[in-house]
Amino acid sequence: MPSIKVNGKRYEIEIDLQTPLLWYLRDHLGLMGAKYSCGIAECGACTVHVDGEAVLACVTPLEDVVGTSVTTIEGLAGNMADALFDAWTAEDVPQCGYCQPGQIMTASAFLSRNPKPTDAQIDEAMSGVLCRCGTYSAVRNAIHRAARRLQP
Amino acid sequence: MKEEPLAGMSRRRFLKIGALAGAGLTVGIYLGTGGERRKPPTEVWPDRKGYLKPNAWVCVGPDESVTVRVNHTEMGQGITTALAMIVAEELDADWANVRVDIAPAEALYKNPAFNCQMTAASTSVQTSWDPLRRAGAAARQMLMAAAARTWDVPIGECRTERGVVLHEESDRRLRYGELVEAAAKLAEPEQVILKKRGSFRIIGHPIPRLDTLEKINGSAVFGIDVRVPGMRNATVVHAPVFGARVVAFDATAVGQMPGVHKVFEISSGIAVVADTFWQAKTAAENIRIQWAAEEREGLSSEALRTRWTGLCGTKGKSMFRQGDVEQAFEGAARTIQAIYELPYQAHAAAEPMNCTAHVEKDRCEIWAPTQNQDGAQEAAARITGLGYDRIVVHTPFVGGGFGRRVTVDYVAEAVEISKAVRAPVKVTWTREEDMRNDFYRPAVLGMLEAALDADGRPIAWKHRIIGPDHMAHQLPRLIPTSLPYGIPRALRNTAGALASMILPRIVPGKKAIEGAAPLSYALANVAVEYVHDDPGIPLGFWRSVAFSQNVFFVESFMDEIAAAAGRDPLELRLSLLNPALRLTDVLKLAAEKANWGQPPPANWYRGLAAYDFHGTHLAAVADISVGKNDRIRVHRVVCAVNCGVVVNPKLVAAQITGGIAFGLTAALKSRITVTKGRVDQGNFDDFPLLRMDEMPDVEVHIVPSAKPPTGIGESAVPIIAPAVANAFFTATGRRIRKLPLCP
Repeated sequence: MPSIKVNGKRYEIEIDLQTPLLWYLRDHLGLMGAKYSCGIAECGACTVHVDGEAVLACVTPLEDVVGTSVTTIEGLAGNMADALFDAWTAEDVPQCGYCQPGQIMTASAFLSRNPKPTDAQIDEAMSGVLCRCGTYSAVRNAIHRAARRLQP
Repeated sequence: MKEEPLAGMSRRRFLKIGALAGAGLTVGIYLGTGGERRKPPTEVWPDRKGYLKPNAWVCVGPDESVTVRVNHTEMGQGITTALAMIVAEELDADWANVRVDIAPAEALYKNPAFNCQMTAASTSVQTSWDPLRRAGAAARQMLMAAAARTWDVPIGECRTERGVVLHEESDRRLRYGELVEAAAKLAEPEQVILKKRGSFRIIGHPIPRLDTLEKINGSAVFGIDVRVPGMRNATVVHAPVFGARVVAFDATAVGQMPGVHKVFEISSGIAVVADTFWQAKTAAENIRIQWAAEEREGLSSEALRTRWTGLCGTKGKSMFRQGDVEQAFEGAARTIQAIYELPYQAHAAAEPMNCTAHVEKDRCEIWAPTQNQDGAQEAAARITGLGYDRIVVHTPFVGGGFGRRVTVDYVAEAVEISKAVRAPVKVTWTREEDMRNDFYRPAVLGMLEAALDADGRPIAWKHRIIGPDHMAHQLPRLIPTSLPYGIPRALRNTAGALASMILPRIVPGKKAIEGAAPLSYALANVAVEYVHDDPGIPLGFWRSVAFSQNVFFVESFMDEIAAAAGRDPLELRLSLLNPALRLTDVLKLAAEKANWGQPPPANWYRGLAAYDFHGTHLAAVADISVGKNDRIRVHRVVCAVNCGVVVNPKLVAAQITGGIAFGLTAALKSRITVTKGRVDQGNFDDFPLLRMDEMPDVEVHIVPSAKPPTGIGESAVPIIAPAVANAFFTATGRRIRKLPLCP
């Protein structure tokens, strides 16, 4: 039986492996933090981590992630997570909030690679995550804030 | 307990027969059938035993908790925080103890602006300001009275501070939680005493939102996240062509698919019910459906454009007129004319349309991400035949409304499907269904003409608007909801059907010209006309509605006049504005903060715009640069706003910034076009939204004001398109009269 680890817990996958990871997380595991918005890798609302890398769960079939370790917003933890959640709170980032789990998951993977980013680097890394409410400046400020706190 | 007066509400919905009940009765009696009635305020807090429940808006617990009922949908604007702040201020509560609770659909919670529970038209704070202050103040007075009685001192010697009543002379203090039991026995005060504005310690302060943590850690429940035991997931396939009905469908290919329960026709298309959304969506793609029409010849954006351009020479219905426009044009030293055009726009909220419903024999429960709780309730009542009191409406968090969710078509689908399969069902639309089954912002043409005198002063203004009116589509939908409770179902349905036939002929015009007249600018001779031409593409309320169109026309054309007269755009506007107007102040403030008149940084160009949005005054200066192929980059927007008393400056700044982002998407990137009755766009690849690297720095400057609050949620959307188009003219000498600028 193919299996997958989600937020540290192992699951045996009993459904069609063509099912996108997003719908496995949402409708089978009840993890509703990753969001559906476009379904075609255009908006980033469904971003989760697969073995630490940001992945768009809406276009990732389960067969591609069998045996991996998946982290969703519900399972994001550690120094990086604390810094991001605190920064998002301090900057009062969300409006409707629908895209924010995707923003944070993308930012987290990005900051792990680039702990001291410039504005332009943040814009480039985050430009795949759409926010209809226009919270972009607040997201950018929050990423800088988190990065400052994570400096050794 | 004193009945809350229906202050400011129109009486359409309630047939007040107080006269029949006889003099001396202070409580109005409202005619109702099917058990529908207006509950006394205490009955809307059924689970709060031992709490102080002075009214429908706030209750205080023995555990010091302060719960504020919010009768508006939280869809990004931060309304839960703003309304809680108003109550907490007058209650003098400890902000750390304040919680919010979204109100159920209930007569007490109607928005007085519409006599309907609805979050729309930027009315939430302005309509709640006075009643919520009074609600908080009443609770505070009762707590003070309880303390005074306990200590046997005059109430005048007591005061409150952050959730505590104090008697300083005797150095005694009691926390609110310790007083609720005694306070609950007291009558609500006849007269409430409101705080002096100068003593506000919550209102006007940049308090963090109450909902941030749950929105970032994934625990916030949006409509699409609702899960109910035994729930099935459904999706709906709608007609690919506007107005086409199902002729036949063949679902044999999906019969063996795992998890698929049922495929059947509903009023709006074909419903597919499965265990999970993915199963439903996959099945939906494998159903062959024959529609009554596969295309509608002639219903195309290009054909509409040709037709409307031809209508520019047609005299329209006179919507606003002052002075003698014809004479002024005859005597003019020169005249100028311009035709502008704007496309249909989709709302494209992040969360696609969805709704969960559970229809049972004698009750119906709905979890609806809606801006229109009463509309949701009416749709469910119509479909199930149940009375309103049998229909419970829960409002989860909403992933963007922007006016789309005033229309409750998707709620009706969930109810219809749940009723058919006799199980709780969540209906979720794909993004493509969402984009192709929207109630769009109308496309429109605007022809403007100005007459100038020999000194370059505009002396006359003509504005002809050609296109459909969204209200002709929406008002009939709202009629069955706004009828008195006593109207029986059959009559209600008939009234709705009649409204659909009659109103579209009567209502067009008034709403389509919003933002075009009356003008803030002092022009002696003005004529605004409307030519109604509606191809039948469904229309709805799109954040800022017709202002999003008419402000682009008016503020662009004002710049054209300035250019024709060789005058500075700011100087021209100020010369036409009464110095006492709020608009003059915001225009001056935005210009000053943006260094208007000083050269901008190298390769940056400036444009400005200003207007009055239902009493909220805004002005903005945009700094842009223009790259290869006229690629526009908006670097900075300086916006000044006067919206009366500000409850929370952070929320105001966020709405201004977000409104500019929303407006900039429409100005630069997105549009809906139609070819032979089909929408050409379907997802964010062909309906692109603004991205982070395209977001300008937005500076918001708020003009201090002691006037009652006005709306903010929609107000900034219209400002950015003309400001950017005017800056583009400064940069290139070319005028942009058609949006989006770089599709």
